[in-house]
Amino acid sequence: MTKAIERPEQFFLQKYGLSTSSLESAIGGVLGKRIDYADLYFEYQTSESISLEEGIVKKVSKNISQGVGVRAIAQEKTGYAYSDDITTDQLLVAAKTARYIAEEGGSKGSVPVQVTAPSRNLYPVSTPPIEIPVEQKIKLLEEIDRIARQYDPRIKKVMASFSSEQKIVLIANSQGVVTGDVLPLMRLNVSCIAEEQGNRQVGTFGGGGRREYSYFLDERRFEEYAMEAARQAIMNLSAIDTPAGVMEVVLGPGWPGILLHEAIGHGLEADFNRKGTSAFSGKIGQRVASELCTVVDDGTLPWRRGSLNVDDEGTPTGRTVLIEKGILKGYLQDRLNATLMKMPLTGNGRRESYAHSPMPRMTNTYMLAGESSPEEIIRSVRKGLYAVSFGGGQVDITSGKFVFSASEAYLIENGKIGSPVKGATLIGNGPDVLTKVTMVGNDMSLDSGIGTCGKDGQSVPVGVGMPTIKVSELTVGGTKS
Amino acid sequence: MQFDINRAEELLKRAEKKGATGGDLIVVEGDSFSAQVRLKEVEKISNARGKSLGLRVFFGKRSAITSTSDLSPASLDRLVEDTCTLAQIAAEDPFAGLPPPELLAKHFPELDLVDTEVEKLPIEKKIDLARRAEQAALESDPRLTNSEGADFGHYHTFVLFASSNGFHGHYETTGASLSAMPIATQDGQMQRDYWYSSRRKLKDMESPEAIGKKAAMRTLRRLGARKVSTQQVPVIFDPENAASLLGHLASAISGYSIYKGASFLIDKLGTQIASNALTVYDDPTLRSGLGSRPFDGEGLPSYKKTVVENGVLKTYLLDTYSGKKLNLPSTGNAVRGISDPPSVGTSNFHMKPGKYTPQEIIRSVKSGLYVTELIGFGVNSVTGDYSRGAVGLWIENGELAYPVEEITIAGNLKEMFQQIEMVGNDLDPWRKTAAPTLKITRMTVAGN
Repeated sequence: MTKAIERPEQFFLQKYGLSTSSLESAIGGVLGKRIDYADLYFEYQTSESISLEEGIVKKVSKNISQGVGVRAIAQEKTGYAYSDDITTDQLLVAAKTARYIAEEGGSKGSVPVQVTAPSRNLYPVSTPPIEIPVEQKIKLLEEIDRIARQYDPRIKKVMASFSSEQKIVLIANSQGVVTGDVLPLMRLNVSCIAEEQGNRQVGTFGGGGRREYSYFLDERRFEEYAMEAARQAIMNLSAIDTPAGVMEVVLGPGWPGILLHEAIGHGLEADFNRKGTSAFSGKIGQRVASELCTVVDDGTLPWRRGSLNVDDEGTPTGRTVLIEKGILKGYLQDRLNATLMKMPLTGNGRRESYAHSPMPRMTNTYMLAGESSPEEIIRSVRKGLYAVSFGGGQVDITSGKFVFSASEAYLIENGKIGSPVKGATLIGNGPDVLTKVTMVGNDMSLDSGIGTCGKDGQSVPVGVGMPTIKVSELTVGGTKS
Repeated sequence: MQFDINRAEELLKRAEKKGATGGDLIVVEGDSFSAQVRLKEVEKISNARGKSLGLRVFFGKRSAITSTSDLSPASLDRLVEDTCTLAQIAAEDPFAGLPPPELLAKHFPELDLVDTEVEKLPIEKKIDLARRAEQAALESDPRLTNSEGADFGHYHTFVLFASSNGFHGHYETTGASLSAMPIATQDGQMQRDYWYSSRRKLKDMESPEAIGKKAAMRTLRRLGARKVSTQQVPVIFDPENAASLLGHLASAISGYSIYKGASFLIDKLGTQIASNALTVYDDPTLRSGLGSRPFDGEGLPSYKKTVVENGVLKTYLLDTYSGKKLNLPSTGNAVRGISDPPSVGTSNFHMKPGKYTPQEIIRSVKSGLYVTELIGFGVNSVTGDYSRGAVGLWIENGELAYPVEEITIAGNLKEMFQQIEMVGNDLDPWRKTAAPTLKITRMTVAGN
């Protein structure tokens, strides 16, 4: 077992022979007269994926990817080039391409840099999850398979997967800063198919984070995941048609926070707001939610899937208040947009890998707890929908219209939770959906660590969270009109 | 390509020396370029060069797969070692294995998948294509006040595949695409839409002006969008969105979905799964097609097949593994990624066009929805339950009357396929997954 890497710059130095002076000359090579900023992003990622179905492990795979991305910025222009050969020669070739955006040539020779370590580690692990022997993970998946099948004889198929990765990054920029990070990440996922008289239904649950492998064993979490997936599949066997139209909707705590991610979060990413293409453009200081709503994006939560010590431009992550008591407060920034908008960095410059240039992205986005008890919230609804689990969502940031799809939902009748209903898509308008939040629960929780956000073809891990809330009207895309 | 067939075979042999009973190897190498222009200025230029190698190794019925973007000798040494170690840990799967040698492709069709013209263009010309598309869009109407920009991009990719049962083949492909996304404003409402053209060859692309104008038209017609009341009506899918229904069909008849029981179409082979207006082909041999390839992801031959004929499901889509699970031969639909074992995918998955013009289809509806965009992931492939966010135009008395948004359309794919009532004559064969305009008899629209 290899020792956890503590010094990313040493890792790249030893593996690829990159010295501080080669970084200095590479950055100097990108910088020209008209280039305002340049950076290099080195990445070495190992990932592993194991999946089980029909009671046996069908897939074991391991992947190594490495590369360097070179970026040059001149005002609003970005030049980006990458290579999967980490050599001084390739760096210079990439630097020349990135620099193309500034019409004039002439490099600066060299820029002095200094290595700084992130001031904290939000995800210290004694053994990275990827280093845990494959045999142990296979045993865990087999155990999950057994537990899910035991839950109910109607559970006919169980699919379980474990994926983990370890990413080592080093970021060097033209302001002389060199910083690095080592990021563990893991995820355990269980899907069950239940069958009864030709009716087949699916249930899914999972979790993870930037954590120690033992997290799944503590409190027998893996067992909870298996039972939860099985429970959902069985519950869906009795689901009836979902009503269609506008109704009161109660969203459960945790993962339903995807509402915030779609309805609010994307629209507050700085790139869209700098360009004036977001439905939230120019709305800072205005009311966009009811007084009960305070929403933050926080990349500093220990162990979370969406957390980062530093963002992918080397800026320490922070906690950004997006909405405070209903008033729009701030945007999520990366370096390019913060500079052009003359606003402070928020540590939200993220990228999928060295093959992608950074953009403003969310980390962990959640709503702070309110004062109502969840029971009280449900009791207050005469006729409506209670949605507790969701699949994915999507938003058109320009029109503000967003959707998210329930995978577990119930009717509420006269203040009581009634029949389960088939999954349905909920649709609303980002700038006004939160103005219709009339109750906020005291049960704020974060999701279990399963979120992946896509934007412009780039996927990054994120987190969401929310207490139970009541939205006075939301359009439910059922089939029963 | 730096990596040749001899190196590939040498790596497979090395695995065999370590006790492997077989294996296969894929190398993908390529470069790509993209230029983004916004409000006439260059916003981003990016250039990339990449390569990666995936190795799958069998120890009898046990297997594992590894991949890397580091093709140095030391890294590949370790890769072979790691893959062999992992494979011996993996469980025995009685169905695992390479396809039988007699089924492998011996001759490769000439598919005309490469165009080197685009690479020869100077960067300024490439930027200019994007600039012209955006300009054509923004000049169309004063209400087009802003832009998410226009993009021009192209790629050139080399694929090499070799397996220990005697297959080796390689091919190259190119592609270019141009898109524009303007933004229109009216009465405080902002709308965006886009149009694009994606082809293997530069000469086959729509002109930047045509792309810009179409993007502008699509954006402008969304202005003033409103909600409608909840009701059940006929729904017409434009070709873009009709193709998404074909995508749901493809995933439901993938051998993997079928044997896992994760499909609403299990046990439906040979039965009427759709109205007789639906006929679908999968054709990897289409000349210069975006989904064309000379052999599949396991080295099996490429051939055109009828998937659905007059509503009857003629075949599942299979690779060797999912075929064995269902006791059927592979249909040559294996897709091989770098870091994943083969799975099933489509090539050029095209619906047979019908006889109606889109106007005739619209004219047949008294009150209903013409869908121009779908958002969200509300499709349950196990049950066929379907509920997605929609944007479109409301039809009144056979005419497109006004734009609508913030509504959903819902139904069940099983019934939706049976209710394909009219099929348009407007198929765009350049798309990988393509359908013409389609009319579904009845769906639930949820709104006010």
